[in-house]
Amino acid sequence: MGYCVSIKRMNEILKELQKEYKIYAPVRFEKRGRYSDTDLIRYAEINSIEDVVYDEKSDFSPKEVIYPITQALFYFTEYEYMESKIDDKKILIFARPCDINGFRRLDTIFLKNGGTEDIYYKRLREKVKFILMECKEGGWDSCFCVSMGSNKTDDYSLAVRFEDDNILVEIKDDEFTNLFGDEREVEFTPEFVTSNPTKVNIPEIDSYELLKKIYDLDMWKSYNSRCISCGACTAVCITCSCFTTLDVTYTENGKVGERRRVHASCMHEDFTIMAGGLSFRKTAGERMRFRTLHKIYDYKLRFKDEHMCVGCGRCDERCPELISFAATINRLYDEVKKLKKAETTKDIK
Amino acid sequence: MSVNIMLPTPHKIIDIIRETGNEYTFRIETNAKVKHGQFFQVSLPKVGEAPISVSAMGDGWVELTIRKVGKVTNEIFNLKPGDKIFMRGPYGNSFPVDDFKGKDLVVIAGGTGVSPVRSLLKYFYEHPAEIHSLHLIAGFKDEKSILFKEDLSNFRKRFNTIYTLDKDKIEGFEVGFVTEHIKKIPFDSFENYNVVIVGPPVMMHFAALECLKNGVPEGKIWLSFERKMSCGVGKCGHCKINETYVCLEGPVFNYTKAKNLLD
Ligand SMILES: Cc1cc2nc3c(=O)[nH]c(=O)nc-3n(C[C@H](O)[C@H](O)[C@H](O)COP(=O)(O)OP(=O)(O)OC[C@H]3O[C@@H](n4cnc5c(N)ncnc54)[C@H](O)[C@@H]3O)c2cc1C
Ligand code: SF4
Ligand code: SF4
Ligand code: FES
Repeated sequence: MGYCVSIKRMNEILKELQKEYKIYAPVRFEKRGRYSDTDLIRYAEINSIEDVVYDEKSDFSPKEVIYPITQALFYFTEYEYMESKIDDKKILIFARPCDINGFRRLDTIFLKNGGTEDIYYKRLREKVKFILMECKEGGWDSCFCVSMGSNKTDDYSLAVRFEDDNILVEIKDDEFTNLFGDEREVEFTPEFVTSNPTKVNIPEIDSYELLKKIYDLDMWKSYNSRCISCGACTAVCITCSCFTTLDVTYTENGKVGERRRVHASCMHEDFTIMAGGLSFRKTAGERMRFRTLHKIYDYKLRFKDEHMCVGCGRCDERCPELISFAATINRLYDEVKKLKKAETTKDIK
Repeated sequence: MSVNIMLPTPHKIIDIIRETGNEYTFRIETNAKVKHGQFFQVSLPKVGEAPISVSAMGDGWVELTIRKVGKVTNEIFNLKPGDKIFMRGPYGNSFPVDDFKGKDLVVIAGGTGVSPVRSLLKYFYEHPAEIHSLHLIAGFKDEKSILFKEDLSNFRKRFNTIYTLDKDKIEGFEVGFVTEHIKKIPFDSFENYNVVIVGPPVMMHFAALECLKNGVPEGKIWLSFERKMSCGVGKCGHCKINETYVCLEGPVFNYTKAKNLLD
């Protein structure tokens, strides 16, 4: 069922929804962007529909809504662990198809991997309903969702198209039907992007012998000088889920404090460092290889259904060194093709 | 409400045994069912968490042998018997003990690497009928770093033991790295056997190569890995190598798998 809703009326509906929901959407933060004089678009709570930046891609992903950059796990008093609490309200997120598909990857890590559920993720995740936002035709320059098969989704409660004076809304979730009862009915279902300007070819890695050769490729070394290991790429990624736990005390006497977790990046030099200073993947190139293979090879090897990367392209947009992940994938594809060709000619000889 | 896998529980320290200047064994009260080779996430509120292997277990207790190296371990060394320590676990897989039974077993351990195999060694020491033979090569840096002195002298009675120090010559110990003594193991005389190698990554690497050189098939070699870990339950990502999570599928790996775990 579809409705045509005026901006004014949509704001009234949002007000109504806010009684039960916290509503998140991409919001503009002026002059906080990657370069001076550019804006930053990231997820935040909204109060009116005009807050939603619908015609640009957000710099950061919506993962922070339910997987915050820093999150308290426990509060400590003298000798007690107290689980941190959350707001009772439910959560609505204005999200693109790639991000909704990205949340499924986060679900896999936090709710399935190892056969255990992470309650800090779960307690927020189960409150979430999605409002699908249509993308502009073809997506944005860096998007490659079509190559990754994450350009479509039916996992949403509402879908919206922003028009000049109105918003078209599709309702899939009966819970919301009442709110729109008096609105004008129209034919509306969201359209998905079916082709992006950026395309990637995913190499097929079918043996450990090939994998070993991929480890030794010279292409990784080229990142040693280019990549500054800042971790900006993983920070914006909808599917990056790694964290480090640490304890902090609030007061001089150290009597009260908390155990928290903070996002961690496999691109940072200290990601694998152990007591004694021993670490693995010491160069930026090795870390780039690790991240690349996780996104387009070994996550799928482990969980079968899909690759980790959804092709949102945010890592490309965000890298201060202008390293393109799509180009990295394509470069790897070409290298793997060469390796395979060398293998078959060897077989023939 | 589901269980919180990150929530540790308090446990009483029953005893503290000084092994070396900076390695102590803590005996801790717990009824947890632990398998040989598993580890706990050990923590102190306001300080932090660290993965620590179980080095021995008994009725109502486990022992953890901890080296003082940093934030959490420093603070643990200030604890006294009767104090509480926090733990969650046990985590990880374990040595395939049932597979080892009735066969010959070779254990090659270096330094703190003796900790994760100590409970296994103690088990076969107490149940000698369950193993055909046990050869133990244990190496330490110098006299000051020798761990589990009492166990080592007991093991001499029932196992074939080679103890070695990197450079120093003292009574009862050979000189040189553990790898230099592997050729002394009578692999040819074994009918069916397994080899367990535990220690620092470099030592495990060369010890495994030396075993292969001596004709040990890959499938008979077992290693225990150490990686940075922040959760122990497959969520934080720190321990991942390829598609494998060391905290979940490890820390114990057969060599056929371990050789493909490339960092
Ligand atoms: C499965 C498993 C089993 C283990 N079993 C045992 C065991 O039985 N006994 C035992 O003693 N240990 C064991 N360990 C190792 C133990 O977990 C570490 O020694 C412990 O986490 C150290 O914690 P800490 O807070 O005391 O040290 P930290 O303060 O975290 O670090 C100590 C040292 O690590 C280095 N370091 C850490 N982070 C950094 C950084 N960001 N930059 C530079 N240097 C850094 C420094 O050299 C520092 O002094 C095990 C580890 C694993 C994964
Ligand atoms: S790796 Fe890059 S393109 Fe892929 S999901 Fe993450 S941020 Fe998006
Ligand atoms: S690829 Fe770019 S964004 Fe990522 S760590 Fe390297 S320099 Fe930073
Ligand atoms: S220790 Fe966190 S995933 Fe293995």
